[in-house]
Amino acid sequence: MNANLEINNFSLFLSTGLLIIAILIAYKEKLELGYDIFIAGIRAVIQLFIIGYVLSYVIQLDNVLVTLAMVLFIVFNAGFNAHQRSDGIPHSLTISLFSISIGTAVTLVILVVSGAIEWLPSQIVPITGMIASNAMVAIGLTFQSLNSKFADQRQQVLEKLSLGANEKQASMSIIRASVKTGMSPSIDSTKTVGLVSLPGMMSGLIFAGVEPTEAIRYQIVVMFMIIAVTSIASFSASYLAYRQFYNEQKQLTL
Amino acid sequence: MSDHQLEISNISFKTDNQSILESISFSVEKGERVTITGPSGGGKSTLLKIIGNIINPTDGKVLFHGKNIQETNPLKYRQKVSYFFQNASLFDQTVRDNLSFPYDIRDEEFDEEKAKDMLERVSLSRSCLDKPINELSGGEKQRVALIRNMMYLPEVLLLDEVTSSLDAENKEIIHGILDTLNKENGLTTLSVTHDENEISQADRVITIIDGRLEDSK
Repeated sequence: MNANLEINNFSLFLSTGLLIIAILIAYKEKLELGYDIFIAGIRAVIQLFIIGYVLSYVIQLDNVLVTLAMVLFIVFNAGFNAHQRSDGIPHSLTISLFSISIGTAVTLVILVVSGAIEWLPSQIVPITGMIASNAMVAIGLTFQSLNSKFADQRQQVLEKLSLGANEKQASMSIIRASVKTGMSPSIDSTKTVGLVSLPGMMSGLIFAGVEPTEAIRYQIVVMFMIIAVTSIASFSASYLAYRQFYNEQKQLTL
Repeated sequence: MSDHQLEISNISFKTDNQSILESISFSVEKGERVTITGPSGGGKSTLLKIIGNIINPTDGKVLFHGKNIQETNPLKYRQKVSYFFQNASLFDQTVRDNLSFPYDIRDEEFDEEKAKDMLERVSLSRSCLDKPINELSGGEKQRVALIRNMMYLPEVLLLDEVTSSLDAENKEIIHGILDTLNKENGLTTLSVTHDENEISQADRVITIIDGRLEDSK
């Protein structure tokens, strides 16, 4: 392991040349993206340097509470981002936080109890990041699907209500479709894993010199964990969010 | 307290900058056939939706057998006072999916024979039950939607221009079954319509112009 895994400052500086290529293309094609690329580059450098130092500190400290705080920080950020994609669904922050917390908690507990990972900050923090970011994307998709389906199928929902259906009966087809939308990307990417791209976890381990035959074991766990967390998160978010489309008189408020 | 089947009391409906309905009051007795008419955009559909508990009025109340519908179970109410849309859309895949829905929501076994009988009553064949909904014509869809509202016969049927986009034959079929259900089962109907025929058949005509009730004839 550790086959000279260091990028010195000079190499890092030269790699900004890659950004300059992108800025030149943006400038030539009048895409007006030059400024965005510049800001994105600066942000990436600052955010990653900060998180790099924070992680080093957390890993060295190896304190249960600090690790837990880091987990909560990640979960909160993911929840807040998912909430911003809800396009005005009431209580979406609470719903996102709850769904991501449940998904993350269940998955982490299973992984730790089964011994797939250990409660070490160097394992818990990156794994939580993967879990929470996948849950975040799944919930964002679920919210989008609920919004668009309630708009598209408004008439059908109204008809079901006028036949005396309750909110759940009137929304069932929409709930199902939205859970499915949230889950599909992780199922699809699991089907093609290894054939198209080598996923991050596995690539990182191979990079660090771990035998590919060992690295894939981690990747298998990661894929299963992502399917689990996206299904828990989409399920929870759909079932909590559909009620927000109705008022206390069980009328559709759209 | 008098016990009308339905009592509409001082119903008003306002949007942010517009008044759609102003202090509408009238009552309906069991078995009555009431027609609501008036110029387009006068608020007739809004009124019917308020009575159907599809939307809430800004002011006023609807009483069903003397009870304010805002204070009773809205689901039970909608099963008894059923709103039927102008261009009803069918859901899921087949006619069966639609006709079994009223049973599903009551958690009861689907009565297939009754569904087939009802199909016959609106001049559709018994084998229609398993037909995909996208193979039906507009008039056939409207007829299936109508019997969907009648698998459990409501006390009151709210009809929002339900025949306006149909041809004479379809109109006749729908009028026929409504007529029978009114005479034999005492079904009350409240219908919004421009159809001269329907207006002349009504027991009572209510005219709404610019959100206000005109004196009924």
